Amino acid sequence: MLDKNGIAKRIAREVKDGYYVNLGIGIPTLVANFVRDDISVEFQSENGVLGMGPFPYEGEEDADLINAGKQTITTLPGASFFDSALSFGMIRGQHVHLTILGAMEVAENGDIANWKIPGKLVKGMGGAMDLVASAENIIVAMMHTNKAGESKLLKRCTLPLTGVRCVKKIVTNLAVLEVTPEGFQLLERAPGVSVEDIKKATEGKLVVNGTIPEMAL
Amino acid sequence: MIRKTVPNVQEALRGIADGMTLMLGGFGLCGIPENAIAELVRLGVKDLTCISNNAGVDDFGLGLLLKKRQIKKMISSYVGENEEFERQMLQGELDVELTPQGTLAEKCRAAQAGFPAFYTPAGFGTEVAEGKETREFNGKMYVLEAAFKADFSFVKAWKGDAAGNLIFKGTARNFNPCMCGAANITVAEVEELVPAGELDPNAIHIPGIFVQRIFQGEKYEKRIEQRTVRKREQTP
Repeated sequence: MLDKNGIAKRIAREVKDGYYVNLGIGIPTLVANFVRDDISVEFQSENGVLGMGPFPYEGEEDADLINAGKQTITTLPGASFFDSALSFGMIRGQHVHLTILGAMEVAENGDIANWKIPGKLVKGMGGAMDLVASAENIIVAMMHTNKAGESKLLKRCTLPLTGVRCVKKIVTNLAVLEVTPEGFQLLERAPGVSVEDIKKATEGKLVVNGTIPEMAL
Repeated sequence: MIRKTVPNVQEALRGIADGMTLMLGGFGLCGIPENAIAELVRLGVKDLTCISNNAGVDDFGLGLLLKKRQIKKMISSYVGENEEFERQMLQGELDVELTPQGTLAEKCRAAQAGFPAFYTPAGFGTEVAEGKETREFNGKMYVLEAAFKADFSFVKAWKGDAAGNLIFKGTARNFNPCMCGAANITVAEVEELVPAGELDPNAIHIPGIFVQRIFQGEKYEKRIEQRTVRKREQTP
């Protein structure tokens, strides 16, 4: 089974040379720590920066330089700033190659819910609806089950949707899965996790073809 | 040169009245029009509709207007980090319209650029699209979203000149350029106001045509919401 860093490490392998990538808050943010340093990648933050770097050294924080999580950041050589309309133009216009975000639920048809729990306080969708509706390549990073042990990979989402038929790939603490017309196709198992374990933790239709390899990390 | 400077924030906000719709730039507390907000609080105008990506924190930014119950309705994409906001929303004292962030930016930009509405894929199939016209283009579904209409737009820039030309800094740019010229009157506050001719025309982000009034802010607190740092590597 993987921890959050393990999930991030596995997703980092999906980041290819020349990619512009948008990382969501939570596990996706960790992905930046594991991207190979022999490839060229630029991270976009929807509040208006391309070429995001690590957190600043103590004493070098700049109130005018933050990421979408409102954390202080730095920029790398080649970075640029732009306004919010242009930023979402980049996203909507599919110039950003890969979007990695968290989810509360994913359905076997690719629907995603990650912004609202009825009866609980709603904070808003931020840029999530624009991202999922526009990106060609969306990877969801999440735990396979919720705190109550219930599956987050469902036949149909029960929570209000963020987007429809948009998720392509899911990396959880148990598995790597692809959304296909047949259902969740199991691609890889996490170390020490059996196909049976994954079946038990998946409410939606799980497609298992042949032998499922263990993830290489 | 058409002169846009006003001597102070009081002059800059002349004409503000109860019940107006305002646009306010900023992302979190980054790039917010601090001086205009302080003056709105001092004036005590109420029943305001505020279009702003976020709603500030309890004791800063739009949180200051919320605390004094001056806001009737918020149009935002994300409103966490503010307890007073939560309280007013749960008590039904505050009307909240949540809008996807890219749609929010484009509704400003459309108002600026003279488009009455536009189609976006964001929110299709979700509750955001309820009651809105949808349409298929090239096999994909889109939602029709209308441009905003606002009385005043308050933006904050790094540098500006007497002609109203603006230059922004870092990610403090965010929604500010999209809101310039998107309301009947655009008020820009800047950290540094210079005479016309001192800014390189090549470097201008927003031309003065989109700005009606410009003033230099008295002071900027520029509060940081999430101070994240890394440790310096030990040098041997």
